[in-house]
Amino acid sequence: MHAPDGFLTVPAAVGTGLISAGAVGAALRQSREQLGEQQVPLAGLTAAFVFAAQMVNFPVAAGTTGHLMGGALAAVLLGPWVGLLVVSVVVIVQALVFADGGISALGYNLINMAVVTSLGGWGVFRLGRRVLPKTRVGVAVAAGLAGGASVVISAMAFSLEWLVGASVPVAFDRVFGAMVGVHTLIGIGEGAITGLAVAAVLASRPDLVTGAVGLEPPRGPRTRVRPFAIGAVVVSLLVAAVVAQFAVDDPDGLERVAEDTGFAASAQDHPLGNSIFADYATAGVADESTSLAIAGISGTLLTLAVGGGLFSAVRRRGPSTSSPTQPVG
Amino acid sequence: MGAGHTHALYVHEHSPVHALPPHVKVVATVAFVVTVAVTPASAGPVFAVAALLLAAVTRLARVPLRFVVARLVVVVPFLLVALMVPFVASGERTEVLGVSVAAEGLVAGFGIAARASLGATASILLAATTEVPRLLRGLERLRVPPVLTQIATFMVRYLEVVAGELGRMRTAMVARGHDPRWLWQARPVAAATGALFVRSYERGERVHAAMLARGYTGTMPQLDEESEVTTATWARALAPAVLLVAVLVVWAVLT
Repeated sequence: MHAPDGFLTVPAAVGTGLISAGAVGAALRQSREQLGEQQVPLAGLTAAFVFAAQMVNFPVAAGTTGHLMGGALAAVLLGPWVGLLVVSVVVIVQALVFADGGISALGYNLINMAVVTSLGGWGVFRLGRRVLPKTRVGVAVAAGLAGGASVVISAMAFSLEWLVGASVPVAFDRVFGAMVGVHTLIGIGEGAITGLAVAAVLASRPDLVTGAVGLEPPRGPRTRVRPFAIGAVVVSLLVAAVVAQFAVDDPDGLERVAEDTGFAASAQDHPLGNSIFADYATAGVADESTSLAIAGISGTLLTLAVGGGLFSAVRRRGPSTSSPTQPVG
Repeated sequence: MGAGHTHALYVHEHSPVHALPPHVKVVATVAFVVTVAVTPASAGPVFAVAALLLAAVTRLARVPLRFVVARLVVVVPFLLVALMVPFVASGERTEVLGVSVAAEGLVAGFGIAARASLGATASILLAATTEVPRLLRGLERLRVPPVLTQIATFMVRYLEVVAGELGRMRTAMVARGHDPRWLWQARPVAAATGALFVRSYERGERVHAAMLARGYTGTMPQLDEESEVTTATWARALAPAVLLVAVLVVWAVLT
């Protein structure tokens, strides 16, 4: 996602720059209470954590790996505004010190990687928490949905920026189809890791998860499946519907995308130069025309499968991580 | 922690470029990069001049060329995109070596590749000639909110520590047979991520408490006095960017 200099036109860079400056300014104001200047060392270490988390490779399929963006994870752990601030610092330092992402591209890189992932991820997380049971599992699943959605939202944001400020004559629907297609796949991994990581933090230091404020003490290992199932179906159908709306002419085959995400493997070679290699390399590559319906449905099914898998994985963890005060059942 | 407080991306040298005040260098880099970013894709000669200017600065800063080239792998994915653009772009087609490509896409692809590599080279040179704490203090001098620069300072300070912790956790996992190939095997990775967060946060709590014990009030003491920057220094620092703007204007007038 780290776009280089001149990837979008100058007006787009200036416009997105103003938007991200506004968002970072708002985050500075909003987080002033939570982040009294005394707390700065803590924020700095969590920023180091986000930077390191972006080096975490997770398996996608058959030895192919993706890696974490971390915006939604930061938002769930730290709250949306501090999360936004911390991820913004990561993106700015990556551009200035690591030459990862252009300096003049900071406007759109900040929007795509910090602003929409934290705020969008937080929105999905709040929605999820409203629907899901008020348990650790509920929070973890909501975080997972937020993580998955944040990557797709980020890809959509990039595509919209492309619509406004493309520097290259590649059609919008092609970019949108490829970006959102690839990122739905990456989003599944991001969602699984985000949800499970939040579950792991909840197990040891639940007080550190800002998004779990007001969580009732655990009532026992029994969890209700139905609210989660409904939430998962609604979210995944929503995603599929939105993808279908835009990817009109030329949706890319998911198989092709999966092959091409092999790029991601090369990201391991230089742990500090981390960019999601799959992102742009595949954008607009696939010329295979697969039918819209297949793309939409397989996307939905994949989301469902992973959502269900995530749920059962978290649930299995439930009893083993229960605190001593919890009734054993 | 421990020894070696300079960053791996910094090249220790004594050169006129290293000696420039950091905030001046940041402004010069941004000016150069913005000029590269606004250069139209068809302006091949302007990109060539920009590359020459960067080569001259690299030479002047005594940064090994090999160092810069090695760091440039960051932009490789975008060079691949640039390679693909001619094939997927819309518009008039032309033949290159018997393959049909979009004429406009060919130029645009070149533009992406050129801007990405030149922009990245400029920021590589900035990082190679400026230690990160000085760079961040330079940003503060340019009115970047101190909360941001201080978060960044702590982040950079502890990045290696946190990354090292992650590396040790990964080693421990691999030593115990961790070799995930499918997404449903990703749980240890996620658990490690969660553990890393808790460890980083708790380290933050300890660092914060230790700093409070030493009289931290929310701002870091300034270690080096900030001298006034002369116009001559500004002029020297901005020379490459100004030259490039001049070349761009001349090119625009001529074509």
